[in-house]
Amino acid sequence: MKKTIITVLGKDKVGIISEVCSYLAKYNINILDISQTIVQGFFNMMMIVDMNQSSKSFLEIVNDLNQIGQQLECKIQVQKEEIFDQMHRI
Amino acid sequence: MINMKEVIETNSMIQEMNLDVRTITLGINLLDCVSDRIEVLKQNIYQKIKNKAKDLVRVGNEIEKEYGIPIVNKRISVTPISLVAASACKSIEDYVEVAKILDKVAKEVQVNFIGGFSAIVSKGMTSSEELLIRSLPEVLKQTDCVCSSVNVGSSKTGIDMDAVLLLGEIIQKTAYLTKDHDSIGCAKLVVFCNAPDDNPFMAGAFHGISEPDVVIHVGVSGPGVVKRALEEVKDADFEVLCETIKKTAFKITRVGQLVAKEASKRLHIPFGIIDLSLAPTPMVGDSIAEIFETMGLEKAGAPGTTAALALLNDQVKKGGVMASSYVGGLSGAFIPVSEDQGMIDAVTCGALTIEKLEAMTCVCSVGLDMVAIPGDTKPSTISGMIADEMAIGMINQKTTAVRLIPVIGKKVGDVASFGGLLGHAPVLPVNSFSCDAFIKRGGRIPAPIHSFKN
Repeated sequence: MKKTIITVLGKDKVGIISEVCSYLAKYNINILDISQTIVQGFFNMMMIVDMNQSSKSFLEIVNDLNQIGQQLECKIQVQKEEIFDQMHRI
Repeated sequence: MINMKEVIETNSMIQEMNLDVRTITLGINLLDCVSDRIEVLKQNIYQKIKNKAKDLVRVGNEIEKEYGIPIVNKRISVTPISLVAASACKSIEDYVEVAKILDKVAKEVQVNFIGGFSAIVSKGMTSSEELLIRSLPEVLKQTDCVCSSVNVGSSKTGIDMDAVLLLGEIIQKTAYLTKDHDSIGCAKLVVFCNAPDDNPFMAGAFHGISEPDVVIHVGVSGPGVVKRALEEVKDADFEVLCETIKKTAFKITRVGQLVAKEASKRLHIPFGIIDLSLAPTPMVGDSIAEIFETMGLEKAGAPGTTAALALLNDQVKKGGVMASSYVGGLSGAFIPVSEDQGMIDAVTCGALTIEKLEAMTCVCSVGLDMVAIPGDTKPSTISGMIADEMAIGMINQKTTAVRLIPVIGKKVGDVASFGGLLGHAPVLPVNSFSCDAFIKRGGRIPAPIHSFKN
């Protein structure tokens, strides 16, 4: 199963996780793992998701989440997992 | 499973330290385009490149989006044109026509450079190769994306001094024809010794005859990442310093390997090599000179610079070799003056001279690169500088290259501006004593003794 990493970075405020998660649920994207911290007032979240059953294409999801990021005033990045695997695993 | 720390590390390399895939270069063999009629040749070249490269930019952009890694350039390299056009081109004008068709198709498939308007003359020039070299000033003036290289020597064959003599004049003439833009034509021409067949970086890329019909090579860069990693080990000894560079090079190369494999799969074109070259850009932080400063040198050019570059180049290769099964091209560190803000500063304050740069080329991956010199430098002096670099490459069995820009109308201390990735460069003083009689002897320098390994 190919996994995707979603990272959200921005100023902390109410409803960031809720907004992102409702989008993922709506398009049948399963969250496998989620971790979140706040460093110096900055919200830092990483999700590992499975979007293989999603009704939307990868690039559509990237664009949608970028827009949601703009509304929430934070930066949302969507990347396939292999780039991290390749760099950090031998 | 991947953890948050690793994700943050990768993304900060990309976002803050300018880690990028510098180029996906599609190598295309043009030998099957040969015809003795120039119109047929031009048509064949156009069709083949258009056909093979039509999806290159789209696929590059897709990969960029999916992995979140910038792929800065998509480029094409072709078989040395002196071989492809030998029977069709009877005049300089014919070669200019072929160059224009390369320029046209490159623009249509939206790549930013096409390399391979080249000749390999390390032991002597055929009449077609000489004609191609003589066409270069017009070609480099009349085209935008076409890059040219001439290999004038190798450790196996020695150095073709007739070609070296000719190229001094050609570089001076190219500079003159493009004098309205600070002689930028010369930035698209590289003179090589031991040129690799699989180099993805411009201006020296060409698709060597040892390569398959089409192939994907990928060039990765990341001086900023190395610099940042070294800042973490500021007072450590050389073992730690070297280990840090090696590990960083490994991580960078793995990204290139992923992009190369993915591009190869999607384009149905075999993967060739990864070239891990620390290639600077004019952006602050993306500089080889700043790596030297982090290592403990006040400025690039200070005593110790050659040693620092030697260890940097070697550790980059060691990390890269571990990360990919096929490392090739020029892999190592580039030291182009105009493309590196730290080098520009070092030249401006007098820390770095041409003579020190020449010493550095003994241990870096290429040579005297993007060095602006006074516009009134004699052609024979340019040839002398080329001969020196070629000798370093020949004797040390390494690639060396010369990309000199005699900036017409400018003198020492003036600044030449080339724009974009090519940056700007202060004009450096050149030793003005004559080498006329030496350069004009004619003939070739024999192969060195260590070429007889058989």
